[in-house]
Amino acid sequence: MHMSQFVADAEAIVTSGAIGYDQKVRRLAGLATSALPYPALSPACQEALDKRVTCDMFEGNRPFTPRYVLPDYAKALRHGVRHLELDPPQDLDDALSFLTILYGHVPSVTTYPVYLGDLDALLEPFVPADMSDDDLDRRLRRFWVQLDRLLPDAFVHTNLGPADGRVVRSIFRVERSLRQVVPNITLKVDPQVTPDSLIEDGVETVFATGKPHFVNHPMMVGDHGPAYAAVSCYNSLKIGGGSHTLVRLNLKEAAVRQAGGLEEFLAQGLPLWVELTAELMAARITSLVEDQAFFEHHFLATEGLIDLDRFSAMFGIFGLAECVAEILAHDGIHNARYGHDEVANAAAYRIVERIAELVAARQLPYCGGGNGAAYLHSQGGIDLDVGVTAGTRIPVRDEPSMREHITVCAPHHRHFAAGISDIFHVDETAVRNPQAMVDIIKGAFAVGMRDFTFNLADNEFIRITGYLVRKSDLVEIDTVGARHGSDYLAAGSERTFHLTERAVKRVGAHELDPRPRR
Amino acid sequence: MHLGMPVRLLPKARHLAVADLLEPIRVAAPFLSGVTVSGGEATMQAPFVRALFGAIKADPELARLTCFVDTNGDASTATWDLLGDVMDAAMVDLKCLDPARHVSLTGSDNTRTLRSIETLQGRGQLYEVRLLIVPGFNDDDELLTETARWLADLDPGMRVRIIGFRRHGIRPTAVPLREPSAAERAHYGDIVRSIADLQVTVV
Repeated sequence: MHMSQFVADAEAIVTSGAIGYDQKVRRLAGLATSALPYPALSPACQEALDKRVTCDMFEGNRPFTPRYVLPDYAKALRHGVRHLELDPPQDLDDALSFLTILYGHVPSVTTYPVYLGDLDALLEPFVPADMSDDDLDRRLRRFWVQLDRLLPDAFVHTNLGPADGRVVRSIFRVERSLRQVVPNITLKVDPQVTPDSLIEDGVETVFATGKPHFVNHPMMVGDHGPAYAAVSCYNSLKIGGGSHTLVRLNLKEAAVRQAGGLEEFLAQGLPLWVELTAELMAARITSLVEDQAFFEHHFLATEGLIDLDRFSAMFGIFGLAECVAEILAHDGIHNARYGHDEVANAAAYRIVERIAELVAARQLPYCGGGNGAAYLHSQGGIDLDVGVTAGTRIPVRDEPSMREHITVCAPHHRHFAAGISDIFHVDETAVRNPQAMVDIIKGAFAVGMRDFTFNLADNEFIRITGYLVRKSDLVEIDTVGARHGSDYLAAGSERTFHLTERAVKRVGAHELDPRPRR
Repeated sequence: MHLGMPVRLLPKARHLAVADLLEPIRVAAPFLSGVTVSGGEATMQAPFVRALFGAIKADPELARLTCFVDTNGDASTATWDLLGDVMDAAMVDLKCLDPARHVSLTGSDNTRTLRSIETLQGRGQLYEVRLLIVPGFNDDDELLTETARWLADLDPGMRVRIIGFRRHGIRPTAVPLREPSAAERAHYGDIVRSIADLQVTVV
């Protein structure tokens, strides 16, 4: 970066009337790392990055924190934190205060903690049997308001379930009454453990706030073991670990550069692109761990609240829909639509399977959490992705009926240990029949889905890539700014992708597809 | 399914065998807790409904699904006898408790509907009663009060769903029918709830 550019960018940040003091400080920090030299890359790797076939998510040239950090909060509560001079908490008020302080010191790429812990499991032991529900709600409500105001970023995320309990029920009540953006919430669902009434409570909460997101607990435990969590938006990682970086491969751009058709893409194209993506990841991981030596210095590591061996990195893919159309066109098959046509779906499955196989075979440094390899992730998109569909999703507004949509997407899910999102918009008939949504969620997991998110059409809350914003917060963002940092990303996404126009699905069992046959 | 109306009135009507329906049910089964037949009026095809429900109950993959009938209740006791051992329960529409007004509203008598509600209730096969309310026709406090009393006498904990009339998909009428406002719908719920401890839902 030239000094003149640096100065111009810094000028624009400090003089902006639309971003607040806090966000200015954070953006200036981001600008500073982009002025440092990038870790050394081969010419081919550099070119792929420059052309944005691969993408480092603009994490900065010199990573000095892992992208996502999942502290072992249970251990912190048991032993205290010496660095922060915090003793183990003795009661609920102590515990809430302890966690609030600790959150302020958990790093991540967003500068805010992306994981707040499995709050129901963490807090349940601190709730005395004689504390009334009203009393519990009052305390958690105060805590919830603090989270939203102190950590104003929609990637701040807590997990609940799979077991029922007083805290999870109280959190859902508080959520419905406050209707805040923060924190994002995941409900872990295990059909053997989670009662339908708790899933239904979650569904009712989605109607009010667009949260929680639901995950297939047994499938996650199969990949990560029991100590895992979904953080930021749909990133499932190990607790006590995390992800060093997220680098993603634009499958559309890869397909455009492919001389032949599907077979050539699988045999020659994908191995090349996976290798170039992995090289970029390895360079960034090595820089973080060896040059910036994060794990040698940060108190979370030195006090054993995170462990390098439980980290890996996320290999993201996106643009599958356009990739399939492009590569089939090379084979002379035109107008085959992923999500609708057998030939396109079959190609999509083969492409994803091939990538999964290549990624699992590519060893990366300091990725013990993934048995030495990266976790595959279906990346939910950023606001610069014009004309490219997020992850492995079916393009917005082109989604088929709910059941077909689930059936098409489900076979991909087992490959994506670090998460995959397909967002379903349902219409207001679901509100009259929440039990039907419970059946759909359980059905989706039974047919192999890992992650399930739905939104109510016309809800004030909308999902962008996996984080939430309130529509009303986007209206005047260009002129008066916004309180949540994530709102700026969302405003760009809404303009670019028309996410509020996702094809709406009815839940009522009368029709499988509400739209006229096309 | 053979629908009991001339095909010209129902351009989408098709002839289907039980096996034709089991296939889509099997595909959707992971996402379902049960199957409900509606209509038209499903009880006009009672032998078919019996065959369908019997096939679901006999299929090891589908047997966990509940089998419900959505009906206007204009069916004989013999019909409920026929369906009795394969049907879990029914949801019954009650358009109007008052026989005279029922005739003016629907063109037919409500004797069989009232008897169906009593019969199904007695057999533990009444899932809920649905009151379809059209402003100016069947929404006066007196009628709602009387209806709630009659239902509560049968079962004080009965599930009652109050459905405000919707114009969507309705043919034009001489006197235009109006949709009740949210406030009116809430009022209907309040009246019915004030009579007994019925499980009332207003939509």
